[in-house]
Amino acid sequence: MSNIVKLFLSFFKIGAFSFGGGYAMLPLMKETVIDNHKWLTNAEFIDILAISEMTPGPIAINMATFLGYRVSGVLGSIVATIAVILPSFIVMSLIFYFVNRFKNSPYSDYFFRGIRPIVLGLIASAAISVAMDAYIDMKSVLISILIFYLVAFKKFNAIYAILLAGLIGVVVY
Amino acid sequence: MLFDMFKTFFKIGAFTIGGGYAMIPIIQEEIVEKKKWVEEDEFLDIIAISQGSPGPIAINASIFVGYTLKGIRGALICMLGTALPSFLIILLIATVFFQYRNNPIIEKVFLGIRPAVVALIASAVYKMYKSTQTKGFRLLIGIISMLIILFTNISPVYLILIGGIGAMLYYGKKGKNK
Repeated sequence: MSNIVKLFLSFFKIGAFSFGGGYAMLPLMKETVIDNHKWLTNAEFIDILAISEMTPGPIAINMATFLGYRVSGVLGSIVATIAVILPSFIVMSLIFYFVNRFKNSPYSDYFFRGIRPIVLGLIASAAISVAMDAYIDMKSVLISILIFYLVAFKKFNAIYAILLAGLIGVVVY
Repeated sequence: MLFDMFKTFFKIGAFTIGGGYAMIPIIQEEIVEKKKWVEEDEFLDIIAISQGSPGPIAINASIFVGYTLKGIRGALICMLGTALPSFLIILLIATVFFQYRNNPIIEKVFLGIRPAVVALIASAVYKMYKSTQTKGFRLLIGIISMLIILFTNISPVYLILIGGIGAMLYYGKKGKNK
């Protein structure tokens, strides 16, 4: 199978099974892009993730465009981006035409109640697996603790947090 | 009208940093308050549906607003408007990123940024944990899911399906007994 077809199928799957937004799709993205296809190293993946967080737009689209470009250039980025949003388009179209049936069914509510803790677990696992590559010494652990404190308790903006961390990186390394 | 829709969602896509949840207040301001394209309670329904469906929340919401306003053409236009800024900006960055990634200064910048990425994801977990008040059995399910992803090769796809279908069976039965 050519890379373009693989890209399309991979990102279609990522789009179709990512409930709960950008971060929740990280484990699936990592599995597909690094473990299955070996398109990237862990460190490259984290760097791309950092850039996706800093630039405007949904993280999933940013990641798809970036990874698609990495694998097959401009064509790859177009294919990956379309593939990641196609499931959204299909699902939203179905819901729009059957909206009342969807809203009134308690079963859709049960489904989401069931997956919510799992989504939380998925995002937590993403944090840990990124940490395994990002924590290279005591300094990196301290940077992480500082940024967590600022973002979680001081309402620090994500962009400033990343810029600050980059600056600290240049100073301490 | 179609062009106005495209412009509005392009703006939303271009100026919201931080992904899905950060985009909701901005979409609300543009669509409900400024353009008055949908009512406030209708907007809340759209957000609930967007969060519950797979895929990026902002994309889902823009598709739904597009459908509401102008059918399938509207949906495509709004979706394109939201996705295009990301696509163009990232493409621009990607073309230079892989050339400069091994520059010693850039390397140091990323040595600092990587642990910050951990912190950002961890704080998202922390905030979600607080707002959803996950505890008891549900917390246990969250922890088990996390361990399964970390230590086995089981795909997250199966966890989502098992969790969702399991909950439908469990709560469905419980509902009948009431």
